[in-house]
Amino acid sequence: MSATHLSENQRARSAIFKRLREMPVSPLPAPDVQTYFRTQPTVLAQSSANRIERFITQAKSWRTEIIEATPGTWQEYIAEVAQKKSLQRLLAGRGTAFSDGLNRALSNKLSWYDEDLSEIKPILFSETDAGITTVRSGVAETGSLIVWPTHNEPRSLSLVPPVHIAILYASDIVETLYEAVSTQDWASGMPTNALLISGPSRTSDIQRTLAYGAHGPKELVLILIRDDVAAAQVRA
Amino acid sequence: MSVTEHIVRPEDFKLRSREAVADPKLRSNFRGAMDFLIERRAAQFPEGTVFTQLRKVGETVRKHALSRLPDLLDQLEINLQRLGVNVHYAENSADANRIFLEIAKRHHADMMIKGKSMVSEEIELNQAMATEGIECIESDMGEYILQIDGDRPSHIIMPAIHKTKQDIAKLFSEKIPGATYTEDVDELIAMGRSVLRDKFRDARIGVSGVNFMVAETGTLALVENEGNGRMCTTIPDVHIAITGIEKVVEKLEHIVPLYALLTRSATGQAVSTYFNLITGPRRVGEKDGPREMHLILLDNGRTQAYREEKFRATLQCIRCGACMNHCPVYTRVGGHSYGTAYPGPIGSIISPHLLGLSETRDLPTASSLCGACGEVCPVGIPIPEILMRLREAARNNNVGTDQALRGQASARKVLEALTWKAWRILYSNSFLYRPFVWVASRLRWLTPKNQAGWTKSRAPLRPAPRAMRELLAQRNKQRENK
Repeated sequence: MSATHLSENQRARSAIFKRLREMPVSPLPAPDVQTYFRTQPTVLAQSSANRIERFITQAKSWRTEIIEATPGTWQEYIAEVAQKKSLQRLLAGRGTAFSDGLNRALSNKLSWYDEDLSEIKPILFSETDAGITTVRSGVAETGSLIVWPTHNEPRSLSLVPPVHIAILYASDIVETLYEAVSTQDWASGMPTNALLISGPSRTSDIQRTLAYGAHGPKELVLILIRDDVAAAQVRA
Repeated sequence: MSVTEHIVRPEDFKLRSREAVADPKLRSNFRGAMDFLIERRAAQFPEGTVFTQLRKVGETVRKHALSRLPDLLDQLEINLQRLGVNVHYAENSADANRIFLEIAKRHHADMMIKGKSMVSEEIELNQAMATEGIECIESDMGEYILQIDGDRPSHIIMPAIHKTKQDIAKLFSEKIPGATYTEDVDELIAMGRSVLRDKFRDARIGVSGVNFMVAETGTLALVENEGNGRMCTTIPDVHIAITGIEKVVEKLEHIVPLYALLTRSATGQAVSTYFNLITGPRRVGEKDGPREMHLILLDNGRTQAYREEKFRATLQCIRCGACMNHCPVYTRVGGHSYGTAYPGPIGSIISPHLLGLSETRDLPTASSLCGACGEVCPVGIPIPEILMRLREAARNNNVGTDQALRGQASARKVLEALTWKAWRILYSNSFLYRPFVWVASRLRWLTPKNQAGWTKSRAPLRPAPRAMRELLAQRNKQRENK
């Protein structure tokens, strides 16, 4: 950064802080966000018993396609999704709990996100039909997916390909975003990028008409692994 | 696509409003869009208590943050620098545009891809960069449509609501190479997607706004549905974020209620498609994300609003647009009439600080004071009260503030001020008032038919044939005589 830039920045910074500090403002009380979210009627009215059902209803309302599977069947289902949607080339990250399973299920259709974005860009933008990522948590209140990209599963994996296939354990579904932020103590270690994703990319910018696939994925498929109930109870 | 043709000025508000009111197509577009947004929001808050409770939390978050603003900015800056983000301060648009230009030049970039940012509209970034040969490409669908038409946003959330799909179909068929005319919205969106994908892939610099900043973690939060915000902040090697200094809150958990209020109030969605939390540039070992990140913190008159307690609440705004959706004036005159980046009630209370009261003196009068804006505001800004304070400041030198506002008393007219002074003397003194009314009622036939602005759309004012006092006295006399 040039010397003039630094001095210009210093000038602007001091001027702004001077104007802000000149008028002493007495600090107002801190908000009690915790009490609000622990006592708000919309959350209290819900029992945790049907939390996963509510998650499914809400997620579907954002046009998330949900495929319920078991820890034993998810690989079959993901292969079926690839087949049905004619996905020829799928991209995923190595080193996740699902990498081996994905490799078995998709074999030659699957590639790994191994290179830097600058190298993988042409493949990512033009040749990849779907990106597969894990999901950290689901949010029942709004049917949202909490995704924390990592060096294994980079940010662009859930963004650039036209289809995003996400994998979530039902036991990782929480009630609200606030619950995730507070109980998982996000504030003490935020990743470079944390995402709340609710459905495929959309827009209503043309005469208020809803259209999907604005800039991100056109479709969002969620493989929901029902580790919360016995396998026999899971709908096919 | 560079130089905007439709630059309008806030000084022309009255003229533009008259034109807009006489345009039936524009009025029906706005009426339809506003009814749609009002209905969607109402569906999110079926019970009044849910809204009032959540609003109380949101208001407390914003008020608390503003009461500690310089400390929080300090904390934010330290945390951002620790993460490797370059923090820049800009006193005005010229500062901000200079910073953009320096970064672009250093990276030899002749193009930047932009996510939606009202602050970039405020500093007229696209125009400033165009004069230096740098193209800023809008990637929000609405903004993209406006840009290729040389038009400007008329709403802060739905920028292209003044256009019909037929307008856009025609525009795309003329401006996008190879596009054929279609009114199918899915096809139109696919065309925009395809053009902009190449830009995301190739741009060296991505630009975005910011919805909330978190001091304790150095996190920037972006709210969006389309995914272009994620593209601009993920794919290019350099990410430049720009926002107002007021957008900071103390804790990460504080943005949760603000987010809930924002999406519900703006478009009536319980959540947006993406809530994108960015904490610093790419870290070691990560395969994507920007390698270099900048945050530009803009003042541009915000400190003026901050310094006066009676205007400070203006800065609580989270830019949801609910006040404009519910404003009977905005719905009738449309967003362009205001001639400012921020139209509607919030624009009328923020623009005087950004541009000075002299240019914007008519904007605080663009309200019937029906109170709808204040009722729906998700962070409890008393917009009608602030509008009245600005009206007062536009016409008076001394309104009990420590420092005059920029452009204070610019709407003051000597004749008007004298008239009110005379009125005050007359109406507060019964020895003057009684003979005055007696004479006025007898000379009512002399009242002019043409009474300047008043009779443009109203019947002329005339004194009554007899004053109430006289009529009462007459009646009492008659009763006594009976």
